[in-house]
Amino acid sequence: MAALLGRSCRKLGFLSSGHGARRTVSTETGKSLNLYAAINQALHIALDSDPRSYVFGEDVGFGGVFRCTTGLAERFGKNRVFNTPLCEQGIVGFGIGLAAMGNRAIVEIQFADYIYPAFDQIVNEAAKFRYRSGNQFNCGGLTIRAPYGAVGHGGHYHSQSPEAFFCHVPGIKVVIPRSPREAKGLLLSCIRDPNPVVFFEPKWLYRQAVEEVPEHDYTIPLSEAEVIREGNDITLVGWGAQLTIMEQACLEAEKEGISCELIDLKTLLPWDKETVEASVKKTGRLLISHEAPITGGFGAEISATILERCFLKLEAPVSRVCGLDTPFPLVFEPFYMPTKNKILDAIKTTVNY
Amino acid sequence: MALSRLSSRSNGIARPFSAAFNRFISTDTTPITIETSLPFTAHLCDPPSRSVESSSQELLDFFRTMALMRRMEIAADSLYKAKLIRGFCHLYDGQEAVAIGMEAAITKKDAIITAYRDHCIFLGRGGSLHEVFSELMGRQAGCSKGKGGSMHFYKKDSSFYGGHGIVGAQVPLGCGIAFAQKYNKEEAVTFALYGDGAANQGQLFEALNISALWDLPAILVCENNHYGMGTAEWRAAKSPSYYKRGDYVPGLKVDGMDAFAVKQACKFAKDHALEKGPIILEMDTYRYHGHSMSDPGSTYRTRDEISGVRQERDPIERIKKLVLSHDLATEKELKDMEKEIRKEVDDAIAKAKDCPMPEPSELFTNVYVKGFGTESFGPDRKEVKAALP
Repeated sequence: MAALLGRSCRKLGFLSSGHGARRTVSTETGKSLNLYAAINQALHIALDSDPRSYVFGEDVGFGGVFRCTTGLAERFGKNRVFNTPLCEQGIVGFGIGLAAMGNRAIVEIQFADYIYPAFDQIVNEAAKFRYRSGNQFNCGGLTIRAPYGAVGHGGHYHSQSPEAFFCHVPGIKVVIPRSPREAKGLLLSCIRDPNPVVFFEPKWLYRQAVEEVPEHDYTIPLSEAEVIREGNDITLVGWGAQLTIMEQACLEAEKEGISCELIDLKTLLPWDKETVEASVKKTGRLLISHEAPITGGFGAEISATILERCFLKLEAPVSRVCGLDTPFPLVFEPFYMPTKNKILDAIKTTVNY
Repeated sequence: MALSRLSSRSNGIARPFSAAFNRFISTDTTPITIETSLPFTAHLCDPPSRSVESSSQELLDFFRTMALMRRMEIAADSLYKAKLIRGFCHLYDGQEAVAIGMEAAITKKDAIITAYRDHCIFLGRGGSLHEVFSELMGRQAGCSKGKGGSMHFYKKDSSFYGGHGIVGAQVPLGCGIAFAQKYNKEEAVTFALYGDGAANQGQLFEALNISALWDLPAILVCENNHYGMGTAEWRAAKSPSYYKRGDYVPGLKVDGMDAFAVKQACKFAKDHALEKGPIILEMDTYRYHGHSMSDPGSTYRTRDEISGVRQERDPIERIKKLVLSHDLATEKELKDMEKEIRKEVDDAIAKAKDCPMPEPSELFTNVYVKGFGTESFGPDRKEVKAALP
């Protein structure tokens, strides 16, 4: 409860400037927006550009509990932006059906912790529809958005990171943005991608992250990781809100003479193995960090793949700094989280292996 | 249940116990018959009578415990605003009659399982204020050892199965408990509480079908406070007659702001469930606070509506009027009782504030059964097997 200092500064303004960052999105300026406003803009553009797109979920009509859907119902009407009853399984199933008829269904699950009743629909229906019908039918127009991740006081059911469950399902895509500018471009790509996509939004950053976001319609390609900080000694891979923590650890490591390369994976399934491989072949060391519990987390997949591809180039075992193997705790959150200091320790141990 | 203490009254009515100590414990069980405010509406069954058997002790008990619950919830509101309670806090004020009436009709062998609005139900099941406030503030003395928080209160010795964060998930659990009760021939029933929002969850209907098929002593209680978070019931449900939703399962609609109606209905339901199988109770109730402390509660309903309900249907006011009209206490005595309650709550809060937080090692306990262990990966990748007690 007390030790939230590590997360107290989350303004991401500095991520888009200097530090040798190589950016794939043009750095043209736009308006200064936070994450929920950027997502809101993306949704406005999506609904505007395709008359057969719909946004629905619990409480989206008035703007949603995180204000991501503000103004949509007023602008596009209650026939395209509407509330559903409290039934996740029904909501996603309904979305799959809509998408199967060629519409774009943008479904909101209020918290990622509540996505499990819909898990059967996503895994057994959405992911396999195209495959089992021999390409006669598909639900590519389906995009499921859910806020995920720790928020400081969320407890067991408002803080979970379930991305690993979905990364295990061929047939869907899993995308996680790290900042407002990324979120807008990635969400538009997800909506327009001809495959069903699960889009996890880091709820911690809804208000905390502020960035210049271009006002026009732009997309950021899926399955392309980005090196957001170049370095030579160790590669760090992460996604979503965790990248800010990792960035802080990188800055501290730099003071001790360790040059860190930081990669934002962006799309977890299918993930950009080539970028990470190229980076690890350069640095020889890999550290992965995510909030979800370490056992079976997505870091394990990255670790195993990189081991296969870069075995002889590795100078040290792959390090994973992740959440602990417990349910997401209430009062113990500061102990559970993969904090900057834990990452820094791991960087140093890996470099000095 | 809390015993009420009254100062001696001077209205001359002979009481069968001494007033030598200037206060006496009301053990008067002379029956009083109360009429419920409204008749019951029934679906596929005969509604119970509107006349409820009670006693002056019970009436005073109702008043005291409901006032305690109300005070506790208001205190939790202030603690949350003072950031002593973190996380989520869903308050029950306005709905106290459901908790009280239900307790009056059943025993501690009957099980209750509910969602996250569980502070008052826990109190009704025999929990102490100290346990409540400690758990809310995440301290060791809390009923779940500080690891559960507001949404996860449990009390095994009173068959209170919690305290659930995921909406609707507790209902199939409740039916499972009922199955066990039937299997073990316990002659007890299970009350599975849920809200009007949860009534649209698919798993409810699955549980209902199984309960009806196997004649389980399960009583599904819909605490209909008319708003699922911010969504009014008519926006979420094609049929807001939740007591009829069971279709082939009988149902009863009850005025949830009248503790005696609730008591009568629960008694009726228990008898029905033991004999014939599941039944649905719809409690027509209201919450004054928003959905949780993060919700002001006024963006989707008017202040007039809230104050209107408070004036006309408040459960504590109703009991107060009954107490006064039956001459069981004077206004002043009730006010004194309320002052005592306030002090009791303040004391419990102070005691809870002094209580320590759980030990950091508790982060790893009870993930699995004792002895199975869990591993914590240190930053230097050496696996640290946490030594679990």
